[in-house]
Amino acid sequence: MATRSISLTVNGQRYEREVESRLSLADLLRHELALTGTHVGCEHGVCGACTVLIDGRTARSCLTFAVQADGCEVTTVEGLTPATGELNVLQQAFQDQHGLQCGFCTPGILMTLTELLRDNPDPTESEVRDGLTGNLCRCTGYAGIVSAALEAARRLRAQQGS
Amino acid sequence: MKPAPFKYHAPRSIEEAATLLASLDNAKVLAGGQSLVPMMNFRYVIVDHIVDLAKVEGLAGIRVDGGKMRIGAMTRQRDLEFSPEVAKHCPLLREALCHVGHRQTRNRGTIGGSLAHADPAAEQPTVCAVHDAVIEITSAGGRRRVSFAEFAVAFMTTAVESNEIITAIEIPLWPAGHGYSFHEFARRRGDFAIVGAAVLLDLARDRTVRRASLALCGVGTGPLRMAEAERMLTGKRFDRAVAQAAAAAVKTITPVSDIHASADYRRHLAEVQVFRALRDAALRCGVRI
Repeated sequence: MATRSISLTVNGQRYEREVESRLSLADLLRHELALTGTHVGCEHGVCGACTVLIDGRTARSCLTFAVQADGCEVTTVEGLTPATGELNVLQQAFQDQHGLQCGFCTPGILMTLTELLRDNPDPTESEVRDGLTGNLCRCTGYAGIVSAALEAARRLRAQQGS
Repeated sequence: MKPAPFKYHAPRSIEEAATLLASLDNAKVLAGGQSLVPMMNFRYVIVDHIVDLAKVEGLAGIRVDGGKMRIGAMTRQRDLEFSPEVAKHCPLLREALCHVGHRQTRNRGTIGGSLAHADPAAEQPTVCAVHDAVIEITSAGGRRRVSFAEFAVAFMTTAVESNEIITAIEIPLWPAGHGYSFHEFARRRGDFAIVGAAVLLDLARDRTVRRASLALCGVGTGPLRMAEAERMLTGKRFDRAVAQAAAAAVKTITPVSDIHASADYRRHLAEVQVFRALRDAALRCGVRI
């Protein structure tokens, strides 16, 4: 079996593992590190459910081998929640605006929007919709997701301003 | 786990990568992985070795020199999309990149990877086609440079041999202020193009077309240069009738019919996209038709 030892940081915590080369980052997170917040849908880069941040940039964790993340800093949906255990601003906006139904796609969408709002704190609705093209949701029709993203942007800007 | 087992190599230098490829059987080069890894997950591609270029020094970056832009093969699409140098010198590439996948895939995907994959609907090879790009290919035996016309060999097949690596793309630049436009029709932003059109246009002050370059994607086995339309434009005073005639000339293509669109619909789209791209390219030279 072709294995390799890697070390990476996930949500601020350092992990060292011996992994098979063919293990995807998504499967490493879920099966080896018990971080099951990252969901796996299509496993070929279409649905976006497995989106995580690698060194601050969104990526499909089903299209990244764990060995490629050696030395990287990974952030998953578990890393969004403040230490106090409450929801963060984006997550709270999702709850308030009915931005999810079954919730399967939500972790990936939260990661996509985390990057989008970081780089563009005041997006237009069209920019939000464009940013979401890489994430499929089969429940909501996206209306609640878009409202949640715009609401979160407003709240984050208000926080920054205060 | 989806892919078949393989051994992973992460060389640090291009020499090391080339030596590995020369010695390993059934090896594939991994760039951004946004096309190769899905194929591995489906087991369309089963390899014994993966040579990852991510840690190879000096393979990413953009340099403008002597009327050419040299792009390292491992430059991520996202970095090209937001490069001030690309926006200034090769704005067609920037416009085309907005149609390439999604942000999550552009963060990882590379220009060299897209060229090596050579999907017939892909935008970056189409930009290389209209710009007459030169592809630098490296192996343990040395370097060679291949014109894009010779690079795209057949359906998803390039001139790159199994022991070779694309190391750079050299794009001859057009004069400052040239017209450019990339138009594409897809079901959803980021999906594969059903038909896309890339146009470069150099107009004289009196609207005479000094030079025109047109290519389509999604209609053939790779990017298709529209030589007849280019010939019809060159030397003419650019106006609506000239643009319409050139757009109509692309309808001689013989695209495939598939689940996404019929050949007739693709021909229709080709004409419409080429006209729009010509119109918008001219607008960027200050000419409204």
